[in-house]
Amino acid sequence: MTNQQTTNHLETSEMVLNMGPQHPSTHGVLRLVLKLDGERVKAVECVIGYLHRGVEKIGENRTYTQFAPYVDRMDYIAAVSNGLGYCLAVEKLINVEAPPRAQIVRLLFAELNRIASHLLWLGTSALDLGAMTALFYCMREREEVLKIFENYCGARLTTHAFRIGGLQYELHDTFEAETRAFSEMFKRRLDEYEQLLTKNPIWIERLRGVGILNAEECKSYAVSGPMIRAAGIQWDLRKAQPYSGYDQFDFDIPVLYGADSYDRYLIRIEEMRQSLRIIDQALEKIPPGAIMAKVSKVLKPPPGEVYVSIEAPKGELGYYIVSDGSLHPYRLRVRPPSFVNLASLEKMAVGALVADVVAIIGTIDIVLGEVDR
Amino acid sequence: MATEAWEDGLSGLLQSTFNTSILKRESFHGQPFAETTPDSFHAVVAYLRHQQGFDYLTDLTAVDHPNEESRFELIAILYSFEHNRRIRIKTRFAEAHHQQTLSTLFQAANWLEREIFDMFGIQFAGHPNLKRILMPDDWQGHPLRKERSLTDMDQAWVQQHLGIESGQ
Repeated sequence: MTNQQTTNHLETSEMVLNMGPQHPSTHGVLRLVLKLDGERVKAVECVIGYLHRGVEKIGENRTYTQFAPYVDRMDYIAAVSNGLGYCLAVEKLINVEAPPRAQIVRLLFAELNRIASHLLWLGTSALDLGAMTALFYCMREREEVLKIFENYCGARLTTHAFRIGGLQYELHDTFEAETRAFSEMFKRRLDEYEQLLTKNPIWIERLRGVGILNAEECKSYAVSGPMIRAAGIQWDLRKAQPYSGYDQFDFDIPVLYGADSYDRYLIRIEEMRQSLRIIDQALEKIPPGAIMAKVSKVLKPPPGEVYVSIEAPKGELGYYIVSDGSLHPYRLRVRPPSFVNLASLEKMAVGALVADVVAIIGTIDIVLGEVDR
Repeated sequence: MATEAWEDGLSGLLQSTFNTSILKRESFHGQPFAETTPDSFHAVVAYLRHQQGFDYLTDLTAVDHPNEESRFELIAILYSFEHNRRIRIKTRFAEAHHQQTLSTLFQAANWLEREIFDMFGIQFAGHPNLKRILMPDDWQGHPLRKERSLTDMDQAWVQQHLGIESGQ
């Protein structure tokens, strides 16, 4: 700055700030380039790809069965959902349906995993906003879900719980008792979280009106999951295009109209309640019978292509598989909810404060393993 | 692939509105798709979005067929909330072709086209910010092209940026 430019008022200028990739509030390795005017965000660009492992390329180089464990490494917070989507897609391609027992058990695990995923989201995004207690509560309850997974298959995160055509293992003896106990306990805990946060003035101040993305914008950005339901669109693939027997269950799809971070929080809390409803009903009707359909050991789907999607905890998770009749998928595309949802950050963050960006990233609920694949 | 003809109201509308621009109308395992000429791809998607209520671009992706003249296949998966229905619109074109961007119709196409550009090297005309998204900006090559093997890397990049001899 030259002398002539020095005046008696404070000079301000635009600043470019790098946030991440090792910033704790980015939930992994997300880098944001923020263009700031003081505390206000004028523009934001997401820099992603730090965790890119070429999952789709790996898919083309593995057999259908070999690839199944890889999908767990995308959204590792909700590995069960990844596996469910993949199994359903391949099953559609080879025209096989899992037996009833396997379907109900799959659904049970998927809902338990939804709760675990939402719990991790709640704990970490509350921590981002300075509410440390919630993290400990959420981790404590999530541990119970992970224990059920561990007792079932030995793994806690990357479970690889399902196989193409059914389940990996028969249910362990204590599964029903454990899940019932968890459901009983968790109903009360959810109320405790709400006492802690829902009416907390600081919590409301930090989230209300922050990161608004209205229904039209949600559609244009192809946002899915709790985000679109917080914007007034009551759309959930479990109801809209039921799979794995969801149509046999009585549950509600919560919807709110604020389209902001606070409503996304309320939606996820309510979704956990609804998941418990599904779990309670499913426990009552696990049918006896086989856990695997007849699937040939050497899997060679006939040439063709399918797109199959499920409602993962973070939104619509889809698999587009092209088969050329060989042992390997010719093309295996994953439609990741986190990647698509994250794109809307470049819209939502404009005009917000830097501290709000943290809240917005939190309530999108991303997992970088899935964004980058 | 053992497809069936896609016959219903929407399929008929596509045919009558776009005539010869629609090359195929088929269905596989109950999932309908249509193939268009590359030049009318944008118009067909725009028609579906504005006139037929398919206002949600679920996914946009590509498939590489290196041994064919039109090596790239571009696939848009569209969803309609109104009809609770999903369809796929595809088109095929050669490597040198510049495909008109869908980002003017759907914001979601912005990142999805960047990913396709990054992975396949497909060029999108009119895209606001067509640059790599998952791979580093100065990486050479497009990983999802079939001529790239699983272990194929930009060794020069690896040596320069990571300071190691080889990435594999």
